[in-house]
Amino acid sequence: MNSVESLVAQIQGLSGNIGELTQLRNYLKQSDDLLRTESTRLAPLLTELDPSIHSLGYLYILEACTSTPISKDQSNELVLSVARFINVCSTEQIRLAPDRFVSICRRLKEQVMLLEDPVRGVAPLLTAIRKLQLSTEQLTTLHPDFLLLCLLSKCYKPGLSVLEDDVFEVEQPRDLFLYCYYGGMICIGQKQFRKALELLHNVVTAPMPIISAIAVEAYKKYILVSLIHLGQFATSFPKYTSSAAQRNLKNFSPPYLELVNSYSTGRVSELENCVLANRDKFESDKNLGLVKQVVSSMYKRNIQRLTQTYLTLSLQDIANTVQLNSPKEAEMHVLQMIQEGDIYATINQKDGMVRFLEDPEQYKTCEMIEHLDFSIQRIMMLSKKLTNMNEIMSCDSSYLGKVGRERQRFDFDDFDTVPSKFNI
Amino acid sequence: MEAEDDAAGTVIEEDEIYANGRDDGESQRHRPIISGEQLDIEAYAALYTGRTKIARLLFIADKCPVPSMEPEALRMAYDEIKKGENTQLFREVVAKINGQLGPNYGPDNAWADAVDRRAELRKEKLENELNAYRTNLIKESIRMGYNDFGDFYYAHGQLGEAFKNYVRTRDYCTTSKHIIHMCLNAILVSIEMGQFTHVTSYVSKAEQSQDALDPVTIAKLRCAAGLAHLEGKKYKLAARKFLEVGPELGNNYTEVIAPQDVATYGSLCALASFDRAELKSKVIDNANFRNFLELVPEIRELINDFHTSHYASCLEYLGNLKANLLLDIHLHDHVETLYEQIRSKALIQYTLPFVSVDLHMMANAFNTSVTGLEKELETLITNDQIQARIDSHNKILYARHADQRNGTFQRVLQTGSEFDREVRAMLLRANLIKHDYNLKAVRKH
Repeated sequence: MNSVESLVAQIQGLSGNIGELTQLRNYLKQSDDLLRTESTRLAPLLTELDPSIHSLGYLYILEACTSTPISKDQSNELVLSVARFINVCSTEQIRLAPDRFVSICRRLKEQVMLLEDPVRGVAPLLTAIRKLQLSTEQLTTLHPDFLLLCLLSKCYKPGLSVLEDDVFEVEQPRDLFLYCYYGGMICIGQKQFRKALELLHNVVTAPMPIISAIAVEAYKKYILVSLIHLGQFATSFPKYTSSAAQRNLKNFSPPYLELVNSYSTGRVSELENCVLANRDKFESDKNLGLVKQVVSSMYKRNIQRLTQTYLTLSLQDIANTVQLNSPKEAEMHVLQMIQEGDIYATINQKDGMVRFLEDPEQYKTCEMIEHLDFSIQRIMMLSKKLTNMNEIMSCDSSYLGKVGRERQRFDFDDFDTVPSKFNI
Repeated sequence: MEAEDDAAGTVIEEDEIYANGRDDGESQRHRPIISGEQLDIEAYAALYTGRTKIARLLFIADKCPVPSMEPEALRMAYDEIKKGENTQLFREVVAKINGQLGPNYGPDNAWADAVDRRAELRKEKLENELNAYRTNLIKESIRMGYNDFGDFYYAHGQLGEAFKNYVRTRDYCTTSKHIIHMCLNAILVSIEMGQFTHVTSYVSKAEQSQDALDPVTIAKLRCAAGLAHLEGKKYKLAARKFLEVGPELGNNYTEVIAPQDVATYGSLCALASFDRAELKSKVIDNANFRNFLELVPEIRELINDFHTSHYASCLEYLGNLKANLLLDIHLHDHVETLYEQIRSKALIQYTLPFVSVDLHMMANAFNTSVTGLEKELETLITNDQIQARIDSHNKILYARHADQRNGTFQRVLQTGSEFDREVRAMLLRANLIKHDYNLKAVRKH
């Protein structure tokens, strides 16, 4: 009891400047055993501390408190207190003990999922990510948890705000895989297929020594999104793909590759047959909704192709060529596509004719110039990053060591052959 | 305003279209009378000699759609084989005839046995001779010996053996004449066997020894190269080779190809693959090739029709020739593709000079229906072979001029975003690899 109280005193005393805080951290680390054994009696102590001033100490005690199994009523309370702490805690202090911070955030996630109320975790975790990461380019281990909660609660918007950041720094490959996979699903939910494709592409082509379930599921979704967004899927992998992925991914997804084949014929009926035949597999993979979007994207694709060849075409002809049942249905599709900006056309309802127009964009507006300028700036930024990275790499000691070692071995071999000849 | 312009445009062009596309009375008059009449096998067979004659007759017997032609072709093949020594082929033909042609065309066992016996003796003799030459190490004689063996096997239909023996003479060739002789033999056998990769390699080998090439040989080599390209579906190269064949060819290469074939193959390949200027300079204005074209007036006419844009008449000629071309041993596989390409070429050429084209006129010019034409145009536009769009309501085809400026902007933005995406993905992968490497380094220590 005594030591616990002294602990509180220490925390209150040593929460001033950075030097004190490091000292406090070391002290807290040493008293870890104490915290574990006394975990049940720690809760009242929290009232004596101010989470915004004594964040580091508060974090250690809170972490110890939450590490024990608790009942359902308590979990509600726990969620509240952790969320409150995340909101007010000081950024500098929690960064001194990121593993503890991650651990309480994980605990929060588990609890909201137990309570079947994932939406409660979204906002705290977003704050937590922002506080934990040193720059927006860093991927924290909390990213996947946060995206999972977004997915479960169907709060796609906050998820997208995180996905908009360019991520470059990764600690755990698994975090990246999950981040890209969940992120891809969120983008699919928001129909941002381009971004989704990019994220899933990252998973599929990431360097990996062995294949993972995440990669397999991502590959399946990658195929479907590629069909929806690009209207095609190249079954060959880019050459930077890991050999594990190249060798195995296709074996896990035959129905999807079948779908690709039937899509490439351009006939809706064939595609529908394929969907029907593999319906069970799609359903058990929980991809049936996406597959249905693939089918409807084919109508779109076919109508889009017509705009390349025709200036005017009757709705009846459109219905015939893209295998729709009635001109009415064709009209609906065309209308929707005009609305979404996929095609430029006008419908004349009097004689049932559609007139396809050219893209009205003239690349003369201020917005367009701004957009161009923005793109140029971005690419310059990326190029700079690339050069930087190259420089760092060429100075990297382990890289140089590896290159040097290989060179050396060659030399060694060269010398080796000569004496061996003379030995005989 | 725009609509008015369009309307005016079509009115003006109507006359031109008329002149451009439709058959006028004149072309109707000077057209020689040809129809899809049956191939005259006798006349056809007379063009060839040697093995190819038999092969072509048998091919016709196999493929011909008219039942009356089959026995006719088989009968001639039978007669032809009897002049040679190929008993194996003889038995095959007899089996095909199956007694349909009366007692004169039965399995003449006595003849076959006699030929076989003689062949056996001759083979023994050749072997002895060759062995004697080889022990004496006289290069020229060994070459002759192998060559005789090649001739022997060729006559008896063992093409693989013949090829081997002809090729073996290569080591004993002393003059470039010998090399060319060897190459020609190898080419002949390879064509018979359908091994066109060998043909190409031996043609190039023969062409290396420039000094010993006489015009006839050059013409032969061109024909062989043309055939090889044709077989490899490289129609443009095939056309060039056939067009280069000199008039010296005459009837000197009838064991492979008749001059009529040179005209047919060359013209069809040229039509399918050349553009208008090349067609004019290399085919129509080609004095050499005109000699060949004179042999097949239909082909000459259809090329002229194509060039003067009388497409209906040109396509009609093609349609009439089709049945017979399908019976050609080298061309039959390519007829469909060539015809398709010629037709799309014609469609493309028709639309090229116009801003707008009335589909009714065009359908008339091509002797087809508007809906059919629309479908054909659609595929051509989809494949980016015609830059135009169809006004299906008014049945007019409008040329489309791509806006360079907009296109450039679009491409720039697209390339930019691709670069953006790829660099980011690359940096990410690099980071992962770096991480992996660090992990390993940590584990090692």
